[in-house]
Amino acid sequence: MSRRFDGVLFTLAVLLLWELLYRVVGSSGLSSPLATLGAVVHLLSSASFWKNVSATAEAFAFAVAFSLLGGLAIGLVLGLSRFAGDVFDPILNALTAIPKITLYPVILLFFGLGMEAKVAFGTIHGIFPVIILTMNGVRNIRPVVRKAARAMRLTPAQTIRTVLLPAALPEIVSGMRIGVSLALLGTLIGELFASDRGIGFMLIQSVEHSDVPTTMAITVLLFAVAVIGGIAMLRIDRRLHQGG
Amino acid sequence: MDVALEIEGVSHTFVAEGNGTPVRALDGIDLRLAPGEFFSVIGPSGCGKSTLLEIVAGLTQPTAGRVVFDGREILGEVPDGVGMVFQEDASFPWLSVWDNVAFGLRRRGTDAAETKRRVDYALQFVGLADFARHHPRQLSGGMRQRVCIARTLVLEPRLILLDEPFGALDQQTRLVMGEELLRLWRETGATVLLITHGLDEAAMLSDRIGVMSARPGRFIETLITGWPRDRDSQVVNERHFGELTAQMWTHLRAESMRSIGT
Repeated sequence: MSRRFDGVLFTLAVLLLWELLYRVVGSSGLSSPLATLGAVVHLLSSASFWKNVSATAEAFAFAVAFSLLGGLAIGLVLGLSRFAGDVFDPILNALTAIPKITLYPVILLFFGLGMEAKVAFGTIHGIFPVIILTMNGVRNIRPVVRKAARAMRLTPAQTIRTVLLPAALPEIVSGMRIGVSLALLGTLIGELFASDRGIGFMLIQSVEHSDVPTTMAITVLLFAVAVIGGIAMLRIDRRLHQGG
Repeated sequence: MDVALEIEGVSHTFVAEGNGTPVRALDGIDLRLAPGEFFSVIGPSGCGKSTLLEIVAGLTQPTAGRVVFDGREILGEVPDGVGMVFQEDASFPWLSVWDNVAFGLRRRGTDAAETKRRVDYALQFVGLADFARHHPRQLSGGMRQRVCIARTLVLEPRLILLDEPFGALDQQTRLVMGEELLRLWRETGATVLLITHGLDEAAMLSDRIGVMSARPGRFIETLITGWPRDRDSQVVNERHFGELTAQMWTHLRAESMRSIGT
């Protein structure tokens, strides 16, 4: 109850600060909360907005699917083979550390402008946390648990499905949570820099046209979606880490 | 004589990691167990007892020698009919107690009614019937170990390998669990190979006791207890019980000091 109250208080404080800032900066740099709300309503009722939403959603869905499935498969292999894990661990960490935006021109050369490039860019953001946390999750399974699986004569497929995946699940889900957030980031960045449709494209266009209320409205909507999605995933994550 | 398990000249050396020297864990182990025999291995800590058990289970490939179970050599795979209980807690934390015990049966495709019957019986047997819906993290270490024992017993193995299974239990529970183990052993006719560091446990439970040396482990003496098959924990009152533990200690005292000293 009190936590919900905290949330309300926090939102009010942000709105107040926003209004004050608007009065200082003026309408060329910022739109007021009320004007932004108007722009949000206008956006939500326009057909072109939803066409862009569906373009982004499609790219994001593919990026998430590739990140999760690909990351799970690669992480599992690297976690199971000590040698492969040792070889790839530093490579993975280096790949995670590089700013992936530097790869975007290469990706554009490969895929051209459009859906494929966005999916690829979302995937190279989202896949690494899934790989790394799945690999660590499998590696951290206590040896006696794996021995018990062998002692019960499980087939390799049974071992993966009924022992390794459940045992590593809390870490895998943490990886997926981060992976999903980064896949969204990657997809949107892709749309911001080179794209002809999607929410990121809409955002950059409104910036170019100095349409401040629309820019703010899109930002607020993205923020809301990210926060709600993030909280939902964090809840699942927490529950898995407490339970087991 | 009939042989259920034959260990022939088994030696094992652990390969050194990095610049360390290789460790000789076992040195020429020979052992033959008759079907339905209860054999205990006792020895100072670090003498390779657990390694021996893992070799018998097919989890570790010995550097030399071979193990034959039911007329077939064990080669890098746990043979059918062998059940193993580990020293550490090997319960699956993501499953309830009941699902832990049912785990092996489900993987084998045993039908639901039979699974239920056997799981309920096994939980009754280890005294956890009231905890079927709990998760391992809600149980004490000793109770978790009993989950693992039930999970192994429910598969009705012909050869039961136990690696200090009662190590985490208090003395009274150990005696009671030992008695239950004897009852199970009588009922199923399974062969039992028990690793223990408890002199009393070995003296009370076994038909024969193999006393191991400090590392590299080998048998320095084999004692025959001569207890009847329907024995229970009351053998601790027998004079022979005292004699057995005294004999074991005579051998083990020097070996234990050697193992602590090195």
